Amino acid sequence: MFLINCPYCGERDQSEFVSGGEAHIARPKQPTELNDDQWAEYLFMRKNIKGIQFERWNHAHGCRKWFNVARDTSNDKIEKIYKMGEQPPKL
Amino acid sequence: MSKNLRINNKQFIDETRKLSFIFNGKKLYGYKGDTLASALLSNDIHLVGRSFKYHRPRGIMTSGSEEPNAILQIGNDDALTEPNVRATEIELYDGLICNSQNCWPSVKFDIGGINNFLSPLLPAGFYYKTFMWPASFWEKYEYFIRKSAGLGKSPTKQDPDMYDHRYMHCDILIIGGGVSGLIAAKIASDDNKKVLLLEDKELLGGSLIYDDNDISKIDNQKSSEWLKKLIENIKNDKNIVIKTRTSLAAYHNYNFLLARQNLTDHLSVNDRNNKIRQRLYKIRAKKVIISTGAIERPQVFHNNDRPGIMLASAVKKYIDYYGVRCGLENVIFTNNDSAYETALSLHKSGTKLNAIVDIRNNSSSEIVNKVKSLGIQIYWNHTIVNTKGYKRINKVTIMKLNDKGNDVIGKKIELNCDCLAISGGWTPMVHLFTQSGGKLKFDNKDNIFVPDKTNLNQLSIGSAKGDFELDDVLKNSIKDTKKFLQIENSNFDKIDIQCSKENEKKNIWLLPSDKPLSKTKPFLDYQNDSTAKDIKLALREGFKSIEHVKRYTTTGMGTDQGKLANMHALGIVADTTNTNMGDLGTTTFRPPYTPLTFGTIVGRNVGQFFDIFRKTPMHDWHVDNNAKFENVGQWKRAWYYPKNSETMHDAVQRESKAARESCGILDASTLGKIDIQGTDANEFLNRVYTNAWSKLQIGKCRYGLMLNEDGMVYDDGVTTKLGENHYLMTTTTGGAANVMSKLEDYLQTEWPELDVFLTSVTDHYATASVCGPNAKKIINKIFKDLDLSDESFPHMSFKEVKLGNINCRVMRISFTGELSYEINVEASYGKYIWEKCIEAGKEFNITPYGTETMHLLRAEKGFIIVGQDTDGTMTPVDLQMDWIISKKKYDFIGKRSLYRSDTVREDRKQLVGLLTDDPNEILEEGAQIVKDENKKPVNMLGHVTSSYFSPTLKKSIALAVLKEGKKLKGQKLLVPMIDKTIKVTVSDTVFLDKENERING
Repeated sequence: MFLINCPYCGERDQSEFVSGGEAHIARPKQPTELNDDQWAEYLFMRKNIKGIQFERWNHAHGCRKWFNVARDTSNDKIEKIYKMGEQPPKL
Repeated sequence: MSKNLRINNKQFIDETRKLSFIFNGKKLYGYKGDTLASALLSNDIHLVGRSFKYHRPRGIMTSGSEEPNAILQIGNDDALTEPNVRATEIELYDGLICNSQNCWPSVKFDIGGINNFLSPLLPAGFYYKTFMWPASFWEKYEYFIRKSAGLGKSPTKQDPDMYDHRYMHCDILIIGGGVSGLIAAKIASDDNKKVLLLEDKELLGGSLIYDDNDISKIDNQKSSEWLKKLIENIKNDKNIVIKTRTSLAAYHNYNFLLARQNLTDHLSVNDRNNKIRQRLYKIRAKKVIISTGAIERPQVFHNNDRPGIMLASAVKKYIDYYGVRCGLENVIFTNNDSAYETALSLHKSGTKLNAIVDIRNNSSSEIVNKVKSLGIQIYWNHTIVNTKGYKRINKVTIMKLNDKGNDVIGKKIELNCDCLAISGGWTPMVHLFTQSGGKLKFDNKDNIFVPDKTNLNQLSIGSAKGDFELDDVLKNSIKDTKKFLQIENSNFDKIDIQCSKENEKKNIWLLPSDKPLSKTKPFLDYQNDSTAKDIKLALREGFKSIEHVKRYTTTGMGTDQGKLANMHALGIVADTTNTNMGDLGTTTFRPPYTPLTFGTIVGRNVGQFFDIFRKTPMHDWHVDNNAKFENVGQWKRAWYYPKNSETMHDAVQRESKAARESCGILDASTLGKIDIQGTDANEFLNRVYTNAWSKLQIGKCRYGLMLNEDGMVYDDGVTTKLGENHYLMTTTTGGAANVMSKLEDYLQTEWPELDVFLTSVTDHYATASVCGPNAKKIINKIFKDLDLSDESFPHMSFKEVKLGNINCRVMRISFTGELSYEINVEASYGKYIWEKCIEAGKEFNITPYGTETMHLLRAEKGFIIVGQDTDGTMTPVDLQMDWIISKKKYDFIGKRSLYRSDTVREDRKQLVGLLTDDPNEILEEGAQIVKDENKKPVNMLGHVTSSYFSPTLKKSIALAVLKEGKKLKGQKLLVPMIDKTIKVTVSDTVFLDKENERING
């Protein structure tokens, strides 16, 4: 059970949060200009790496804010938490 | 049972409080302070159970949670009885009733014992190998195997006990109240840290607290005396919270731990009334110190499982702590010095010790010399090759080891004994460390796995990290704790310790015998009856991974989870395969460390708290009017309102007829409601719904369909424009929370530039939906000043009116196809407005209807229910709802996916209507639709999603999803059922009022 440092509320138990999958996959601004493969890349393709993964998390049972988490999937250690819109840290 | 095995020892046992208990129907006595095991032993009872597979007699072997044999059925009440309780852990209480398990008719004469003689036919994997063939016979085999599987009996009635959960937070959590844990607690407390100290026994102090030899001294005092003073000190320490009878169950990541406290299991049954039985602590610790100690290993030799064979440390504890002799003629068998402490305890208590058998060549440590000086016979470099005595050991046969230690030589010597104390060294309890993700390393010197790397803020100390000598335990615990807590000095820095030091080590995982291995029974896992032979067989048959060997032989898979067996199993695998044990690794230790009852896990979340439910403000009225309820998400929705002896079918027919012919009323309060405000609210709706919203005027309502980004229908509902930048969106009942989350997600992450605010108001408003040809008359009676003419208040529009002081939002929208008004009021007025409608509708026979009738009414009109007629694979085009997809909008959620190669396929499953050839035949929802049932394999074309009998149309109607359904209109298809095949014709999805005339009353 993680302890997640919500950037708006502070440290809270994982049970207050929901995970929203991989971060930094921006919705294409002009979907109609994309061919099927490009759209499928956005829609379906997600990384599943061992190591640092950038993820979206939502403080669903708290402030309901979304934010980003850099998590090491090999040991679940959260290396960095940063707000939506910020660039991923170099780790 | 006339032997007096109790010796005078008033330290931990209260001999003034005699307790009676019943074991296998016989009344026996013990004292307050006893465990069930020590009380049984004091009555000279060793034989308490039968082994799982061979039904061999088994006795109490240990004094702790590692006990493999003495697992009993406690209690005889259908609700309170508990199987697999370790006699070594349960404290004796007056009136305790316990019985042996896995034996019939009795533990002394067990028919299953025949398996022991059949054992050559029952090797590892016997069941896998035998009952696989022929495959079709499995069902027959299973019946018999199930009967012989399992140990105790589960309670058959609901658990009446109360359980509790509590969160705890601390700076330092210390697991284990032995000497190293206590020292760490004191050091942390002196540094002003908030300490939580857990101890699974009733008393602090671990094994040192009953240490009674004169060799171990701390600060020139007897070590146990020194420890008692420390405990007194700690008990008065305000920084330290102590929880005894509390065992750690699970150690999760981020120092989140679960511990179970036993609150009443040690009380007599009458004293437990209205008390919480167990409490589960959910602990968050900044730092964790693991001081769980070590458990002694047995040795592996032929017939090492007879009643009377016990761990040497247990024999010592029963004497020194409980004042109970385990036998009157003792033999000790060891490979290390610690068993010599048992020898001293036996000697001191005046108990006869016939001999010590030691596989080492010699030892000259202080403690061994002391034993030598007492004149006790020691057989150096000897091993036990056999034991005798079926229900209680009476003899051991020993032989000399050869130089390599792989064979025996010389003459057999027989020694009499009724108790054999064995010690094969010590295994650090690293379970919690590995549960938390820590990695182990192998220590070749002591043949143990010790904690190595961890990602967490934690420390292992004492024998849990592999220190076994008193001075190492204390000095390293002090040093490591200080470093861990970043403390310079402690009050223990000048501690002075005297103890014996072990200087000879020897370890043989599988001791040699004069017989070939195939003729011996050297047990590893006592509970699951796996022997060294089974391990070797598994290796011969090609199992290499230790995890596979474990599963194939079931070694370590009993309720003790291999606490005793695992190290020997690993050692034998390593020896046989010439592998380094460190390279072999261990099997995975999983929580819980000791079994937990389900009651503890669920805590208070039982009965009505198992899954909380939501009630609408009108709920009580529904109850009073005999509603049957349906669960929709967490809501309780009125399902139908049976009158007299009506069945659901009868009630639904009556309710729907009333709604079509006069007037019905539905509680629609559960629909999700989202208040949307902001200057970009309109743009937002354009982006989340498939249809266009730009031209919607204030006071008008519009139906919207929401997709996922993959183009599949996600939710639907009517949204009303309340003001220039103000909308009220409704969602499906079940989808409300998800829709809210999805919309917030887009607003925060994709479109943060939009000025839009969302507020969930589902619980803030109650909704009464009045429909039917007489709906207008009823609404007119309630809101006398409201102009209900079609010009002023047309379909899909909204008016805000007052009823007294109550603000009412009235929408003219319809999910039934009838003229229909939805009145929304603040939730606290919900029941009032509902009753007002009922009262006003009385003269029109207003009929409350539930969700079932609602479903029928909308199906007659071909309106979909998201989640019933859709399943996450239906696009709006599949639903024949092309009309709702805006052609003009550049983008909306899911738009691009609507022309992916997969979504434009014409042979997708599409929503159609179905009519049965026999109008009285009602299809079953979920039934498959086929064209030809004779051609195998039968090709499934689709399935029925909604099906009802329409009283208005006087025939059965159904909605279905069907491959290429749009093209199949008019086609005859088949719905095969278990006892018949129903003929159907594909139809339009709208069955009633295709011209939409009823909407105007």
